[in-house]
Amino acid sequence: MAENNRAVLQLKEKFAASIIDVVEFRGEVTVTVKKDSIIEILSFLKHSLQYNLLTDLTAVDYLGKKEERYMMVYQLYSIPSKDRLRIKTPVNEADCRIPSATQVWRTANWLEREVFDLFGITFDNHPDLRRILMTDDWEGHPLRKDYPLQGPDREPYKGRLS
Amino acid sequence: MATTETMTLNMGPQHPSTHGVLRLVLELDGEVITKITPHIGYLHRGVEKLSEYRTYHQILPLTDRLDYLAPMSNNLGYILAVEKLMAVEVPERAETIRIIMAELTRLQSHLVWIACHALDIGAMTVFIYAFRERETIMEIYELISGARMTSNFFRVGGLSQDVPDEFVKKVSDFIDVMPGYLDQYEGLLTTNPIWLKRTIGNGVISAEDAIDFGITGPALRGSGVDLDLRRDNPYGGYEKYQFQVPVGENCDTFDRYKVRLVEMREACKIVRQGLERLKPGPVLADCPQVCYPPKESVYNSIEGLIHHFKIASEGFPAPEGEVYQGVEAPKGELGFYIVSDGGNKPERLRIRPPSFVNLQAIEKMSKGTMIADLVAVIGTLDIVLGEIDR
Repeated sequence: MAENNRAVLQLKEKFAASIIDVVEFRGEVTVTVKKDSIIEILSFLKHSLQYNLLTDLTAVDYLGKKEERYMMVYQLYSIPSKDRLRIKTPVNEADCRIPSATQVWRTANWLEREVFDLFGITFDNHPDLRRILMTDDWEGHPLRKDYPLQGPDREPYKGRLS
Repeated sequence: MATTETMTLNMGPQHPSTHGVLRLVLELDGEVITKITPHIGYLHRGVEKLSEYRTYHQILPLTDRLDYLAPMSNNLGYILAVEKLMAVEVPERAETIRIIMAELTRLQSHLVWIACHALDIGAMTVFIYAFRERETIMEIYELISGARMTSNFFRVGGLSQDVPDEFVKKVSDFIDVMPGYLDQYEGLLTTNPIWLKRTIGNGVISAEDAIDFGITGPALRGSGVDLDLRRDNPYGGYEKYQFQVPVGENCDTFDRYKVRLVEMREACKIVRQGLERLKPGPVLADCPQVCYPPKESVYNSIEGLIHHFKIASEGFPAPEGEVYQGVEAPKGELGFYIVSDGGNKPERLRIRPPSFVNLQAIEKMSKGTMIADLVAVIGTLDIVLGEIDR
């Protein structure tokens, strides 16, 4: 169970005040933490618990479904003990920024650029925060829920008429 | 007094050795690279955005088009993620055919890699040979799915249909001759002095740096990190198969070349074990809420037709929750992260592309080397832009 997970036990001991939620679903453990201590927690997991590979970093837009609009998601993997851990942290729409994880893993560089590009979340202390998939002069952030699927300048597709 | 200054050179997006539409802006001191700025996104089709508007079955054809050199590996990763979310058990025959096809796909992807990588560094013969073998795999693809590249063959809960009778013989014949062909490639390259000069000591990245940059797959194993998801976090039935995981020592292009060649031999062994395990049986799970009905019932009964119509148009609701499934694709860890809000479409589908993450290390691997060596580094990273740009 999630309560006995080695990382959850340690995190509860060290960062009890920062943990919002611990969930286990289909054998995967997800820990939701507060944004203020995210870098501290990530580097603790990397250096003390051997979660040395940042597999993925992404965001989810919960427009109208949750109080805090965005959720940052970090997928960690431990090469020595071959297990995974997912860390999430909510990001408020009004304060749409979060400290960059590039100081913990260099791979976060492009992954954060992608989140910045497609979600418009700003990463503080990022070395090179530019758009990556869209062109530099693009307006809007395509993966936001309020961005239309067809693009901003076209009528929504309503299916073929014939 | 003479002064020197650096030169900026644009490479790509249309360039034979960038393997697609990759653009690199190089800062050069003579012929030595001092800075690389990659520009990607030319092939961005918004697959993740599109997926939020499609049912789980409708997303599958989009995944073929990510890493178009290894379509079935992409299908497998996505299907396994959905099956994990839905908690569907897959029949043994379907599982075995999936593994056979995933390993043939690995061979296919590595054949394109060795062909293009060798061609980039000047060994043209290997290209012709490797594409000959790839053709056989494409024929197997066509035999079972009707398409050479955009296979769309797996389904949530199993396969779209059973394989035809000639499948076993065709695959078995191919696996019999493939190791001999691998010997041919090795004969052309492994002791070839030009090949050795171009690859040994090229694109060195240490194990610590490789992990720090998030590199996975053969590129990580070439740097001496023993990680293979098929063995370490088995998925889709891989725990029943015996195979070796090759690991390099010198962290250079030559070691990554050797790792991939051994992987191709191991893939042949896994396919052979799969053929031995292949027993008659159903290829689709008995789970009518999620799976398509068999074609016979669609064509011959009104209930089957309604069932098919319902699954095709409405899909199925997934339980609320989130899953991540990583698979060992030919190029590295391919991950699918699905967030479901309880509806019939994903709230968010994130694809973790191995090429995107691996490409990031290109500056680290080729800074301070010549332009010609950069071409070798692009080849050894084995990138596919369809997957990077999504």
